[in-house]
Amino acid sequence: MSAASQDVATRNSIFVRAIIYVVLILFAIYYLLPLYVMVVNSLKPLDEIRQGNMLALPKQWTIAPWLSAWSTAQIGVQPVGLKPYFINSVLMVVPAVALSTILGALNGYVLTKWRFKGDNIVFGLMLLACFIPFQIVLIPSARILGLTGLAGTITGLVLIHAIYGLGFTTLFFRNYYEAFPTELVRAAQIDGASFFQIFRRILLPSSGPIIVVTVIWQFTNIWNDFLFGSSFSGFNSIPLTVALNNLVNSSTGVKEYNVHFAGAILAALPTLIVYIVSGRYFVRGLMAGAVKG
Amino acid sequence: MSFLKISNLYKNYGQVEILKDINIEIDKGGFLVLVGPSGCGKSTLLNTIAGLEPITSGEIAINGKSVAGLHPSKRDIAMVFQSYALYPNMTVAGNIAFGMEIRGVPKDERDKAIKQVSDILQIGHLLDRKPSQLSGGQRQRVAMGRALVRDPQVFLFDEPLSNLDAKLRVDMRTEIKRLHQRMKTTIVYVTHDQIEAMTLASKIAVLKDGILQQFGTPAEIYNSPANMFVADFMGSPAMNLLNCRLEGGAGSSLSVILDRPGDQPLALPIKLANGALGAYAGKEIIFGVRPEALTDPDGADRNAKSIAEGECLIEVVEPAGSDTFAVTKLGGKEVVARLRADAAIHAGQKTKLAFNLDKAVFFDPKSQLRIA
Amino acid sequence: MADLTTTAPRAVTNPRATLQDLLPKIVLAPSFALILIFVYGFIVFTGFLSFSGSKLLPDFSTWVGLNNYVRLFNHPNWITALKNLAIFSVLYIVVCSFIGLALAIFLDQKIRGEGFLRPIYLYPMALSFIVTGVAWKWFLDPGIGLEHVMQSWGWESFSFRWIKEGQMAIYTIVIAAVWQSSGFVMAMFLAGLRGVDNEIIKAAQIDGASTLTIYRRIIIPLMRPVFLSAFVVLAHLAIKSYDLVVAMTDGGPGTATWTPALFMQKFTFGRNEMGMGAASAIIMMMMIFAIIVPYLYSELGGKKK
Repeated sequence: MSAASQDVATRNSIFVRAIIYVVLILFAIYYLLPLYVMVVNSLKPLDEIRQGNMLALPKQWTIAPWLSAWSTAQIGVQPVGLKPYFINSVLMVVPAVALSTILGALNGYVLTKWRFKGDNIVFGLMLLACFIPFQIVLIPSARILGLTGLAGTITGLVLIHAIYGLGFTTLFFRNYYEAFPTELVRAAQIDGASFFQIFRRILLPSSGPIIVVTVIWQFTNIWNDFLFGSSFSGFNSIPLTVALNNLVNSSTGVKEYNVHFAGAILAALPTLIVYIVSGRYFVRGLMAGAVKG
Repeated sequence: MSFLKISNLYKNYGQVEILKDINIEIDKGGFLVLVGPSGCGKSTLLNTIAGLEPITSGEIAINGKSVAGLHPSKRDIAMVFQSYALYPNMTVAGNIAFGMEIRGVPKDERDKAIKQVSDILQIGHLLDRKPSQLSGGQRQRVAMGRALVRDPQVFLFDEPLSNLDAKLRVDMRTEIKRLHQRMKTTIVYVTHDQIEAMTLASKIAVLKDGILQQFGTPAEIYNSPANMFVADFMGSPAMNLLNCRLEGGAGSSLSVILDRPGDQPLALPIKLANGALGAYAGKEIIFGVRPEALTDPDGADRNAKSIAEGECLIEVVEPAGSDTFAVTKLGGKEVVARLRADAAIHAGQKTKLAFNLDKAVFFDPKSQLRIA
Repeated sequence: MADLTTTAPRAVTNPRATLQDLLPKIVLAPSFALILIFVYGFIVFTGFLSFSGSKLLPDFSTWVGLNNYVRLFNHPNWITALKNLAIFSVLYIVVCSFIGLALAIFLDQKIRGEGFLRPIYLYPMALSFIVTGVAWKWFLDPGIGLEHVMQSWGWESFSFRWIKEGQMAIYTIVIAAVWQSSGFVMAMFLAGLRGVDNEIIKAAQIDGASTLTIYRRIIIPLMRPVFLSAFVVLAHLAIKSYDLVVAMTDGGPGTATWTPALFMQKFTFGRNEMGMGAASAIIMMMMIFAIIVPYLYSELGGKKK
């Protein structure tokens, strides 16, 4: 980011600046507090949470809640921990992200470099599809999955996520390729390159950033999804978010807060790691998704 | 027989006509420049020749064969783009050889061709670099190298020099001309710069609003512009186009009458009037005179047959080093005269200017077409 | 000058060239067909359902006209959901925008450690609403959370049990949602602030405007498009809000924190009122389109010229 408006700042008094720093730091605490609470309490025995103070550091450190959340906690009727659901999520996310990203890239390529009559209408309809409330497609989707025998399968979830991600992936690539010089495509045409050769040899090598942005966006969205997961998953395909909710909101038994927190962090970990490793691209994706790039 | 022939070409985008009834032909080895203001359709015309854009009707033939429906790569053309369009992910050598690679030319042949082209353009030391590591002029050379290596029947240039700074542009212009003299390949060259057009072309096509205004040699375009647009567009500083009245009997002794501020109108007798002009006697017409045909009397062309002199009030003097430009007012408009560099002249002064009427042209004010 | 799009050249001669010409459309077609069926076809399907007497399964044999909509708007749970949506979306949008703008302006004051603070403000956006819900559910839980902490620090009379109170529970969801999204709004505003032409600001400084005046009179008015974008994004998230409510309160206590999305889910799949569920989904879509369509139209239309 350039520091365009920063010149305004030069004439603030020390007092004002002190207030600004205090406010900024207070907000940092506000944003960090829930994470702190989760981490600290996931490392305490249950008694210490009930009797002690949620903000205090553990007196007795333990990783038992983590182990329990991972492999033994009672979820639904099974004491298997979050592990199988974590695997479900991975099996769901990877193909769904790959599929929607590849199709989005090809769509963006066609919509910018091989324009045809009505291409704007096609794009407009795909763009609008990004914003529909998914409640409106739940019933027919369930029906289609049922009719095709994909209800309750990971494959079904992959398809649903890939399809409803298409709008965004197309949007990302279209906006990116829009700025890609069309003259390069023309030069390649004169050099005799075919439709796919142009894509593979000319556009794709320059698409690194947008691929990263799109993959992160799709990964975050699909990993964090709850609605489709809770609506369409079956016994063997429940994704992690749904399992976590089942763990936390099960009405039976003792509420093992420490296990809940450990589970919540486990569920958040993949996206958090992606965010920490590639925050710049994550923010770019958010912006592109929000302000249409 | 003409080598590149464009006949009755029309191109529409939906309802909008981009090109209207274009007819151009050029001989083998010719250098055709398409020139015009932005939006005139010149780049579109080039793209239709390349096959990058479809035409609505008409025909384009290269070497006697219609290229209708042929893919750009099958037309035996090469193109140099305004932005150079170098593939950013490939090295210079990769860029030059990409077309051959697509066509399945063996590696050693490709290397030989790269070597040959890079020798011609003196880019041998750049072959392993990426386009982003090159200067503007170097990119330009690589772009030309990519075109040269195809050894095509026609080279297409789309404003290839417009992204270069002024000095480099002049150097590259000379280089392109030298290259053309050496290769003797037919070239179609698009530019909005009329100096480029004049210096490079063997034939110029002036376009405006998708209509071919004039097609001819640089000398024809410059000396006998078909209409006021061409007259105004070609040449810098632009031709002076003045409102005047034509007086005199039919055929005998016509005079151009120009209003002068704070003085009697200036009358310039025309000795060599032709018949067409006679028909306009007593009417308002447009008198066109280029700055270099309007000089101080001592600097006037001694070979000119018809020179008229008149007193003019000089409003502004602009010394340009090689010449001095003087601005006066005639026929209600500002007029630029091109004087010798050391002409003794001051703003506010009245001085005699010499009109070289050999070079004067006249236009019908309504149709804007040239009369004589 | 000329349109810079590549149009495939005319193919009259050989079939291979024709195939190459059609290839782009062939490539685009599957995606477009999927979107047409799975989005627009399904919207139509749901639209039909909303006029049918479907209960447990789609049933197109009985048509009930607008009856589902009439029942919907006479149902106390839907009214609660709409009220909650109103409270939630107004507070969510206003508070997020306010915090976002304030943080962005503060961060824009040549702050040392900006590179450290910015990611902290933004990380909640990477989390699942379920995770956010779990964290806040227990942090606001009177038994172990904030109330308990305050009391254990000696503030015996401290009471904060909103999440258990029907009247107040929706506000706890606002707190969690603001926590999740305000950093993102900050990032949008910050990008907007940094995009302001520096020369305009310099001109204002030469005119003698104070920092406050420059922000109030020049920079913030220039942020209008960002406000609009933020509004659209937040409003659309608010109408869709589902996961967070499920994780924090699951609509409770009672039905106090039902939202339209929750209503749709519970009525369709929980109470076998598919017709009403479909009707509620249609209403949700209409609300979102009322915001999104004009926005996209102006954005896309504005880009063409």
